[in-house]
Amino acid sequence: MNNISVLIVDDSSVMRKIIERSLVQAGVSLGQVLGAGNGMEALAMLSQGKVDLILCDINMPVMDGLEFVKQLSSVESAKGIPVVMITTEGSEHHVMQALSAGARGYIRKPFTPDQVREHVLPVLAGRV
Amino acid sequence: MKTTSSNAGAREGRECWAALLALSAREVFERMLGSHLASAPEPFADDEGFDLTSMVGLAGEICGIMTVRCRAESAVLMASKMLGVDAGQAGPEMWDAVGEVCNMIAGNFKNKIAGMGDGCMLSVPTVITGADYTLHALVDSDKIETRLMFEELPLLVSLEVHS
Repeated sequence: MNNISVLIVDDSSVMRKIIERSLVQAGVSLGQVLGAGNGMEALAMLSQGKVDLILCDINMPVMDGLEFVKQLSSVESAKGIPVVMITTEGSEHHVMQALSAGARGYIRKPFTPDQVREHVLPVLAGRV
Repeated sequence: MKTTSSNAGAREGRECWAALLALSAREVFERMLGSHLASAPEPFADDEGFDLTSMVGLAGEICGIMTVRCRAESAVLMASKMLGVDAGQAGPEMWDAVGEVCNMIAGNFKNKIAGMGDGCMLSVPTVITGADYTLHALVDSDKIETRLMFEELPLLVSLEVHS
């Protein structure tokens, strides 16, 4: 898992940094790390370079994570980029909504680095 | 901070909520900060020096507000532990950190109550600086509190439920 370019979408800058650190702890060798505070910003950032992985919150202002994942499918340059949700919304309903919209993984906050490893590495390896 | 409300008493089925609230807070601090929260040895005084209040609204099957109250030094320590940096570097992130802690406690709490995960939405967090304010509940409400110690500093987690 070398030089992975990641887009982290969360309205908390502290949480974006925690997620970045957790990826490193999970053994992901990071390349470019982009951060966005909501889904709208994230869509705009997709044009700024190659992204290998998107980690996305659900509850955010302007455009929430579920809407972002839905809109992602219509962005030609984003096709095939795996999305893993990282969110406080932990119900089965939310999980199903996210997976139906195209997310490939779902991590509930609060999370441990082991949970990030368990959910992100198979996605990067193309097993999910 | 003072609160005013007409306390309608504990609602049926909510007897375990105080314990779940404490568990939710402990899990957030253990997983995200690597810190163990201890129970407070005695009730907090009216003026514990709490100068930060983080709030997250709940709407849906239950309506109410979750608050986390702490001292500024606690918030800096939270940011420091969440980011893995020295406290001296964490100051500018303290509002974001305490807001996100409240958000995660609220989410963790509602996910522990059967049926609430789907039927209850959370607002984005708001953080208030200062202690000289009064929170007015405008309808009947129950208040559940858990008093905890974070690195020997007091931390008050409250849930005021309006329905």
